[in-house]
Amino acid sequence: MKTKKVLDLYVSFFKIGGLTFGGGLAMLPMLQREVVQKHHWCTEEELLDIYAIGQCTPGIIAVNTATYVGYQQAGFLGSVSGTLGMISPSLIIICLVASILQNFIHMPVVLHALAGIRIVVCALMLNTVFTMAKKGIIDKLGAAVFLIAFVLACFTPVPTALVIILAGLTGIIAKHFERRRAA
Amino acid sequence: MIYLILAYEFFKIGLFSIGGGMATLPFLMDLTRKYDWFTVSELTNMVAISESTPGPVGINMATYAGYNAAGILGAIVATISLTAPAWIIIIMIAKFLENFSENANVKAAFYGIRPAVAALIGYAVWELLKIALVSAAEGKMEINLINAAVCIVTFALLQIKKLGKLHPLVWIAAGACIGIVLKM
Repeated sequence: MKTKKVLDLYVSFFKIGGLTFGGGLAMLPMLQREVVQKHHWCTEEELLDIYAIGQCTPGIIAVNTATYVGYQQAGFLGSVSGTLGMISPSLIIICLVASILQNFIHMPVVLHALAGIRIVVCALMLNTVFTMAKKGIIDKLGAAVFLIAFVLACFTPVPTALVIILAGLTGIIAKHFERRRAA
Repeated sequence: MIYLILAYEFFKIGLFSIGGGMATLPFLMDLTRKYDWFTVSELTNMVAISESTPGPVGINMATYAGYNAAGILGAIVATISLTAPAWIIIIMIAKFLENFSENANVKAAFYGIRPAVAALIGYAVWELLKIALVSAAEGKMEINLINAAVCIVTFALLQIKKLGKLHPLVWIAAGACIGIVLKM
């Protein structure tokens, strides 16, 4: 029984990973269909809770969801199988694309296409940054953290991980003082 | 030996990239400075391919980076190492912590982290833009005006609500066509 569930978890998350483009919220409809409606592994509300946890823990949100659901359904093995199911399609598809691309990358038409794609991707990512900044910067402190993090990344060799840690500490300390002032 | 380095680097990325797939971008940018696994311009290709193939973008980028560094085994090592820290943390949360995302300290930390992540990704995009828009012919740096125009027009179009909701794949396909037509 448990072996079947572990296998089911792998197959379900393989499907979710292999049939959705882009992680995060793009994956939600597919997750709802497989996890909530088909297998009843959790309710709609639980799925949104798991998403919230996935957003405030390190790592890729989609994979975190797979780990969480897998663990709740079938313990340790379930979490391994859900996680592996989610990453397997990427491993297969990306390795295929990368090896194929290596053979064609010297053709002029491919080079032109990639040059065009690179510029569009820059615009897409710039758009992502604007959206994230709009959502993330809600007050003066947020704006200050944004500017300081940007300056640190641009002009100093401070490791990216340290910037994240310092920003998290800043948030905790700021909220702590806010609560004390309110009390 | 390269597998050990890959495992270490991607475990670290998995531990500190918070807020979705694109959050791995600043770390991948760091890797271009530390190792010769891939260049900044290859990194832009990797982002494009990761966005236009199925699967979470963060996982796709790690797989691609690992593949470029050390073939199929490198891809497997990088991808599994990226997911390992989250896997450990999620199991601990599932086991011990209820209402983790409601915790006041967790919320406060994220209040600080969110703007920083936006800034770090912003810096990484700035580096990618430099590569895409500036051509360094004969040691002279100059902005490629056609590239800059395409970039600005695309960004402007993305601000139109209906167009902004289109799948990235559509934009990437359009970029490929523009690149071929203009012989970029």
